[in-house]
Amino acid sequence: MADNIPGDLKYTREHEWARVQGTSVVVGVTQHAQESLGDVVYVELPKVGATVTEGKQFGVIESTKAVSELYSPLTGKVVKVNDGLSDNPSAVNTDPYGAGWIVEIEPSDPKQVDGLLDAAAYTALLQNS
Amino acid sequence: MARHTPLNEAHRKLGARMVDFAGWDMPVQYSSVIGEHEAVRTGVGLFDVSHMGEVEFTGPGALETVNALISNDLARIADGQAVYAGLLDERGTFVDDVVAYRFSPERILICVNSSNREKDFAWMKSHAQGVAPVDRSDDYAQLAVQGPKAAGLVQRLTKTDLSKLGTYRFTEGEVAGVKCLISRTGYTGEDGFELYSAAGDAVALWDALLTEGQQDGVKPCGLGARDSLRTEMKYALYGNDIDDQHTALEAGLGWIVKLDKAAFIGKEALVAQKAAGVKRKLVGFELTGSGIPRHGYAILKDGAPVGEVTSGTLGPTVKKAIGIGYVPTALSAEGSTFDVDIRGRAVPAVVVKTPFHKKP
Repeated sequence: MADNIPGDLKYTREHEWARVQGTSVVVGVTQHAQESLGDVVYVELPKVGATVTEGKQFGVIESTKAVSELYSPLTGKVVKVNDGLSDNPSAVNTDPYGAGWIVEIEPSDPKQVDGLLDAAAYTALLQNS
Repeated sequence: MARHTPLNEAHRKLGARMVDFAGWDMPVQYSSVIGEHEAVRTGVGLFDVSHMGEVEFTGPGALETVNALISNDLARIADGQAVYAGLLDERGTFVDDVVAYRFSPERILICVNSSNREKDFAWMKSHAQGVAPVDRSDDYAQLAVQGPKAAGLVQRLTKTDLSKLGTYRFTEGEVAGVKCLISRTGYTGEDGFELYSAAGDAVALWDALLTEGQQDGVKPCGLGARDSLRTEMKYALYGNDIDDQHTALEAGLGWIVKLDKAAFIGKEALVAQKAAGVKRKLVGFELTGSGIPRHGYAILKDGAPVGEVTSGTLGPTVKKAIGIGYVPTALSAEGSTFDVDIRGRAVPAVVVKTPFHKKP
C-alpha cells in the first residue's frame, strides 16, 4: 500500500506528523503509523495545559493487540486535545491527518518546527526502514 | 530463522502482516483484527494453526500411558471424542494445556501449543510409562474454520454428515478431496472445526475453503483475532493465563482435573491444594474506569499489589475493556472490586461472570 505523506506537514522519526496552525501546532500519527498499529481502540491523551517535551512520551495509543507510546515532536504546552477520540478512536485509522488528530501544542519556541523532517525526508526514512 | 507453516506463502499473497510468534512466522492480521473477529462471531473465519504440535501414542496401553500424563480422563470418553486437559508437573502447574483425541484405547493424538512443542515432547518422552510418544508435528497442518457459518461451509465440501458430529467429537473424512481429521473444536467460542491434514495438502484445503467460503463472506483470520476471540471467552492462553507458576485449580480449570481417576502427574499436589483451600484464583473482570488492562499490569487493592493481569483487551464484540488475572480468593467472587495499575493510574475494575461474550 502506498504511504500517504502530505507535502505540507512536518514529521518525526517516531511517525508523528505536525501541522502549523497559527501560533500552535496540531499533532497526529502518520498513515504508516496507523497501519502498523492496526485497529486503534484507545488513546490516552494529556490534559489541556500540560507541558510536553520534545522526544518525550505525552500519551499512549492502543490497538486491540498492543500499547504504543506517543512522543511529542515539540516542547511546549498542550492547548487542545481531540476529545472525539474517546468515543471514536478509530478516526486515527480512517482519517489520520484529519479527524484522527491527537493534540494541539503551543511550542515554547516556534522555530522548533523547522527542525522536524519534511515530507521528502520522511518518505526517505520509510523507504530506508 | 523463523519457522514457516506450509501456508506461509499463501498468507503473504493475501497481504497478511507477519509477526514472529514463538519462533514461527505467522499472520497477525490480514485486514483488521476487529473485522476478522467480527467475521468469526457473525459469519466464518479461517485460521492457519499449523504451528500447533501433535504427539501420537500408538499401541497397547496408549490410553493408560496418556491418562497418567494428563489431568482429564480418557477412560471416561468414547472413541471419536476429544478432551481438553492439563499436561501438569508434580506441583500441579502447567507444562502445557492440550487437547487429547481418542481414536481408540490404542491410539491417542495430543495437540499441543506451538510455543511448547519441544518442551512437551521431551516431557512426555521422559515421563511416559508404557507407550512411547511420537512427534508428528511436522506431518500435520491444521486449519481452524470457525463461526456460525462454518458448518455450512465445511458441509458443502465433505460427504461426512457434520450434523452427527457433536462438540469435541471428531472423525476422519475428506474435505475438498483432502484427507482430514475433522474435529468439532475451536478456540473462539463459536461453532466450528479444526481440520488436521497432511502438511502437503494444506494449501489445497486452504484455497478450497476460501473459494467455497466466498458466498459466506469467509475471512482469513490472524493471531490477533484469535487472541481477542479467546479472551472474550476467557479461554486460557499458555504463557499468559496459565504457566508453570499457577496450578490448574488456581486457573479455575478444576473441571479438567479428574482427581478421582488413577494416578497422574500433579494429582497429589492438587489433592493437597484442594484440601488446604485455593488461595488465589484466575478471574475475569471489566474495567469501570477508562483504559485497557494488559498482560503484566498489577492488580491493586487499597493501593497495594495483590495480583496480576494475565490477559486483556478491548473486546471487539463485548465492546468493553476486559481482563483476566490472578487475585486472592477473597477478591474472586463476582462483584468484587479492585484496581488495575495502568501506567501509574489506579483504574477501578469489577469481577464479572465469564465468558464475557454470551451467545445471543
